[in-house]
Amino acid sequence: MEILKQAQDNDERVDLAALVEAIPYNKFLGIQVDQKGTEITTILPFIQQNIGNPVLPALHGGVIASLLETTAIIQIVYETKGAVLPKPIDLTIDYMRSGRPQDTYARARITKHGRRVMNVHVEAWQEEHTKLIAAAQGHFLIPALDEQN
Amino acid sequence: MDKEQIKERVDLIRDSLIQYVPFIKAIGMEVVDADIGKTWTRVPYADHLVGNPDTGVIHGGVISAVLDNASGVAVRLALEEDQSIATLDLRIDYMKPATPHVDLNAFAHCYKVTKNIAFVRSTAYHDDIDDPIATSVGAFMLAANRAAPPSAEAMQALMSAA
Repeated sequence: MEILKQAQDNDERVDLAALVEAIPYNKFLGIQVDQKGTEITTILPFIQQNIGNPVLPALHGGVIASLLETTAIIQIVYETKGAVLPKPIDLTIDYMRSGRPQDTYARARITKHGRRVMNVHVEAWQEEHTKLIAAAQGHFLIPALDEQN
Repeated sequence: MDKEQIKERVDLIRDSLIQYVPFIKAIGMEVVDADIGKTWTRVPYADHLVGNPDTGVIHGGVISAVLDNASGVAVRLALEEDQSIATLDLRIDYMKPATPHVDLNAFAHCYKVTKNIAFVRSTAYHDDIDDPIATSVGAFMLAANRAAPPSAEAMQALMSAA
């Protein structure tokens, strides 16, 4: 992606807020990024459009999965300073609680930084960080270090 | 369930999907066909679903959402009586990127229902199900909210009140 390539050429960290803004699906969901030092938290402000169960009501599981995946991708991009977006290989999502109609937060941690494959753990919560609504473990493909230009 | 009953259930689920579930409406997902424990769904390609603006490939999250939803519909079509369900877990394997500007199809099969849990496999593809974009396996909790399942009438009343 152009924005990643530019950051890499200038030997800078990419502006994560601008990156999220440049990805149509993230913009459509309303995902935002909050960065405090090296700690990155994604925010999914509540919007009616993201409801999957209007009776409870609850956020759509797919919206939560999308937030988890995006959070993982952002974390990888930040840590690897790559010029291309990582590609998901697999993602296993555990749903612990229904997503209430309120703001949702997520944070990712890289569990194994391989040469081509990143193993990432992601957690999502709402009011209380200790009460997770969902968590995911996944693998993402990145261009091998020696293949990056 | 006989054919007529399946058709009734399919129509009910299709209508409640499209009219009353905001996110499904937002991504344009529709139920194309269905059988006992099986469903075929489609999401037309749209610019707001793109995950990589350089290539126009749709976001992996869209595929997760579609597989999750198709799986849920297959579970509801496998149950003798409609009840509320919740996704417990979902594992998704991404085999290849989706092709830009081509509709996404998903087939889901709920192959086992126990007292509390239903098990589902799903596949996302363009034209050929044997050349998948992604596959998933998931487990769903039955009677998840200990509440009566929302009937089409209840959903309608709820939405018109909102």
